[in-house]
Amino acid sequence: MELVNLFIKAVFVENLALTFFLGMCTFLAVSKKIGTALGLGIAVIVVQSLTIPINNLIYQFLIKDRALAWAGLPEISLDFLGLITYISVIAAVVQVLEMFLDRYVPSLYNSLGIFLPLITVNCAILGGCLFMVERDYNFSESVTYGVASGFGWALAIVAMAGVREKLKYSDIPAGLQGLGVTFITAGLMALGFMAFSGIQL
Amino acid sequence: MSYQPKKILFDPIVDNNPVILQVLGICSALAVTSKLSTTITMCIALTVVTACSNAAISLVRNHTPSSIRIIVQMTIISSLVIVTDQFIKAYAFSISKDLSVFVGLIITNCIVMGRAEAYAMKHPPLPSFLDGLGNGLGYSALLMAVGVIRELFGSGSLFGYPILPLDRDGGWYVPNGLLLLPPSAFFLIGMIIWVVRSWKPAQVEQPEYKIYHAPRPEVAS
Repeated sequence: MELVNLFIKAVFVENLALTFFLGMCTFLAVSKKIGTALGLGIAVIVVQSLTIPINNLIYQFLIKDRALAWAGLPEISLDFLGLITYISVIAAVVQVLEMFLDRYVPSLYNSLGIFLPLITVNCAILGGCLFMVERDYNFSESVTYGVASGFGWALAIVAMAGVREKLKYSDIPAGLQGLGVTFITAGLMALGFMAFSGIQL
Repeated sequence: MSYQPKKILFDPIVDNNPVILQVLGICSALAVTSKLSTTITMCIALTVVTACSNAAISLVRNHTPSSIRIIVQMTIISSLVIVTDQFIKAYAFSISKDLSVFVGLIITNCIVMGRAEAYAMKHPPLPSFLDGLGNGLGYSALLMAVGVIRELFGSGSLFGYPILPLDRDGGWYVPNGLLLLPPSAFFLIGMIIWVVRSWKPAQVEQPEYKIYHAPRPEVAS
């Protein structure tokens, strides 16, 4: 039950894109069409649900303060190596996933195409890992959080793309054209998502 | 190519602002602007990291094979971010609690990567350093503008010192709670983009579809 609660919370209440503004660059740049937004969303879900559990294991057994006690080195803390480790794991997972898909599922590889390498520098992925570390999730919580936060991000970008597809036919003041109105739309969507705050199961 | 330090330094502030024109670095920018003290810490951290990483990447640009350049850039940037993070934790612990994960997220901040890729890989160290500094300042200028508006009208204070006397303390100003919530940052940046683009019409994007004004039919008399 606690995990379900965590899932709902990560998807709606603490949506990575609309409450923490993570992955905004891609969120604003790749949300012009629903099709591409969906492809990127799926890629983010996959990468997120792989990297967060992997980083969780690394954090719990290697990096956390006093984590090396099992190796007989209780006074050593590798805290400061955290950031560089997480980003390397993300880059490596993305690279492996890319090669794996290219070899075994070429159709999916072709449809995801350029989005996979882009994901390495998507703040939503590293942000998810850092939230996992900050909140000190255990392994099962981290799996749930990974899937849920990726799903929430995908939901947000697909919804945004839907709004923008309709928006391009509307008459917008010249200065707001393009980026300006996208920001304001994202703001309105964030207001909508705030309605979920405080939900507990 | 002539070397114009002033142009490299000041161009990114309005004419080529990284946030509102190049759409870079919005990711971690918005969540830290509800208080001015966190905003300014974030701005300094990002400016330092961008400038130093640009200089460092530019120093090794001729020795990096292009196939592994992303990893090299990532390593340089994340080492600099770790130093910054430890520094903030040591000297401003409460602010580092407020910033939570956002200092770490400077690694994936698109401004740092984008400038490294677009500028530092092709230019010598000194101009690259200035370019990084300029882009950091452009980012800071926008963030400070948003931060001042949000803290002044959202909680009636600047850097935690009361400026507008609050209603609940017997003053006259009723704070606007919306400005402390995340969505307000989107609206403010949208508005700032509108103002800047009305001032500099060259930045306006072309709409994909234009409304066609049908000629009015002649009324037969």
